Amino acid sequence: MALVLNEEQNMLKESAQGFLSEHAPVAQLRQLRDERSELGYDKATWQQMVELGWSGILVPEAHGGLEFGHVGMGQVMEENGRTLTASPLLSTAVLAASAINSAGTEAQKKALLPALVDGSLLLAVALDEGPKYHPSLVKTSAMASGEGYVLNGEKQFVCDGHIADKLIVSARTSGDAGDEQGISLFIIDSATPGVEIERVYLADSRNSSMVRLSNVELGADALLGEKDGGASLITYLAAVANVHLSAELLGMSQEVFERTVQYMKERSQYGALIGSYQGLQHRAAHMFSEIELAKSVVIKALQALDENAAKLSLLASVCKAKVSEVVTLVTNEGVQLHGGIGMTDELDIGFFMKRARVAEQQFGDRRYHVQRFASLQSY
Amino acid sequence: MSDLDQFRAQTREWLDANCPASQRLPVMEFEDKCWGGTQWRFVSADQKNWLDVMAARGWTAPDWPAEYGGGGLNKEETKILREEMYRIDARPPLFSMGLSMIGPALLQYGSEELKRQHIPNIVKGKIWWCQGYSEPNFGSDLAGLQTRCEDKDDHFLVNGQKVWTSYAERADWMFCLVRTDPDAVKHAGISLVLFDMTTPGVSTSPIKLISGNSPFCETFLDNVRVEKDQLVGNINQGWELASYLLTHERAMIGNMGHTAASEKSLHQHAIDVAGGLENGQLGDTALRTEIAQWEIDILAFELTQERIDDETKAGTGTGATSSMLKYAGTELNKQRFELLTDIHGQAGLAWEGEAFDNGLLASQWLRTKGNSIEGGTSEIQLNIISKRILGLGQKG
Repeated sequence: MALVLNEEQNMLKESAQGFLSEHAPVAQLRQLRDERSELGYDKATWQQMVELGWSGILVPEAHGGLEFGHVGMGQVMEENGRTLTASPLLSTAVLAASAINSAGTEAQKKALLPALVDGSLLLAVALDEGPKYHPSLVKTSAMASGEGYVLNGEKQFVCDGHIADKLIVSARTSGDAGDEQGISLFIIDSATPGVEIERVYLADSRNSSMVRLSNVELGADALLGEKDGGASLITYLAAVANVHLSAELLGMSQEVFERTVQYMKERSQYGALIGSYQGLQHRAAHMFSEIELAKSVVIKALQALDENAAKLSLLASVCKAKVSEVVTLVTNEGVQLHGGIGMTDELDIGFFMKRARVAEQQFGDRRYHVQRFASLQSY
Repeated sequence: MSDLDQFRAQTREWLDANCPASQRLPVMEFEDKCWGGTQWRFVSADQKNWLDVMAARGWTAPDWPAEYGGGGLNKEETKILREEMYRIDARPPLFSMGLSMIGPALLQYGSEELKRQHIPNIVKGKIWWCQGYSEPNFGSDLAGLQTRCEDKDDHFLVNGQKVWTSYAERADWMFCLVRTDPDAVKHAGISLVLFDMTTPGVSTSPIKLISGNSPFCETFLDNVRVEKDQLVGNINQGWELASYLLTHERAMIGNMGHTAASEKSLHQHAIDVAGGLENGQLGDTALRTEIAQWEIDILAFELTQERIDDETKAGTGTGATSSMLKYAGTELNKQRFELLTDIHGQAGLAWEGEAFDNGLLASQWLRTKGNSIEGGTSEIQLNIISKRILGLGQKG
């Protein structure tokens, strides 16, 4: 497939760019942070996103969605990266929608997807139990009890946990922490007795939380996908997450780069624009080259998601590894090339750097994916 | 079956029947690539035969017009031919600066007479072309070149010195940048002329490189007579042509980062040399990481070539990306050979001896150092990106 957007995808990208820059620019995130907003996102903006159809981009038409595909959703994520818009888009519309759509029973799809699409249902995916991504290191237990299960444990750094109506949680139904097999996924109502969600504040001013589960009783219908066989669903979810996080990181890289080049054309030192100095020009040109490489891996991996390609897992790791490297370079250079002003909270550049580092860590950082790439290639 | 499917089926059948088995093996040595020309000595009957049958169909230059001996294929057919050749690891039947550089320039800018004189011979691999661009004092600053070309009414007279002429001692003809107007602003007084290397006054002297090889020469031009009809384009239009040619050259050099399907991957080299895996992983974990990072980068690079190609076809390209590809591709190719020599340790640095392929890897490694110098240095590519794409101005 040609590595270009089709007309509809281009239109979606342009409309996302127009909407976000007008209604949810970086200033919105700054305001949410300064007000210490309880929700951590702007409800009215989310409602508008829902009206634009974004919550249903990955949901089949049969369940009320647009069925527009990952390449389209990737464009929305990329534009969200440019504006750092805080919303449940990633947790609900990308991750939960993909999880339910790929592993849910018909009954689960009917019950959850239409509500997800109309914006009335928010979900969060809770896999981590520590600060680094390690999906098989699951200690949270799900013991069989009567017809259902009882869950005990703690999930960490759950994106959007404290605003979610329901959680999709990985827990161990057999085996030991570190085993790939024996993990199952459950859909838990946040209001279930024994579920305690504590918001945590990360550098990026976006939502994160710790989720403690104490004797949480679930029915058999809470199981999402195969019992003991959650590993393959988690692998798929990680691919979805990493490719869309990469799209977001690509948007951030481009935005920071463009703002930095613009600054180089405005700031004078020693009587000349700093952009006229070759030492700085070459650093900008190198970033340009690296961003071009990042663009290609993102569109290729988004297409692989839509095609459910055999190489999806490999391409997802290529994508996250390369884009993480590029965004680290560009945000660091963005601060450095802005000089003193780059260190101030007043300038937006710092917001991009902080969001980038959190997004890089989610679902595995650069080193994790470089190692995984080697393992998948059998060396 | 669509026309293209039919073309693919016919092409596949024809290649299967006509591409000799020996021409499907990886290129190991310089002579395995056929460069053509009057001085070329074919290493095998297969090599000559493969060139002849492909040239007869114009498939050495598949997308050039058939009226000048080219294949006359459209873009889709050309792509299919490349894919089908790639599928069976067929070697390109001919490598030459005629195909990659002066041919496209002649098709774009040359007179009808020049096209009829030169294009068919390029397609058939009959003439080895070399490039007369750089001069001892004008490398990166190419537009300052000083080789004089005087108008002597019925002919031109050329005097000066060129350097980094590829294989000048084997080349048949040179396409050469010369100064035709010494008073004009430097870019404005340059022209492109063609001449036979056996013309009196042309002499060459090889330059020995760090690789031990001498692929380049100095070329001395002493009262060389050039016919008037061998001017390409208009007088003083040379810089425009040179820029056009350099774009082609960059694409070609940048493409060296591309790993052919038949080539062994870096990680396979490491597995073979290190004597297998430990628990399914390379024992040298630091090397494993560096190889994986490089393989991720080269994949990103290949996808970028593909994407830029697709964008160009879709008419959405931003242009001016040849500098980016040249910069990224050559830097990656250098890294590849740094890793390869590392993997092979001191054996990778062997200079001679049959046991070490006569020092092939070491000379290849050293040759790659030139990738980021020739065709405009990496620093020049970064300058071009800064100024033309990013709009970062000159000082003052």
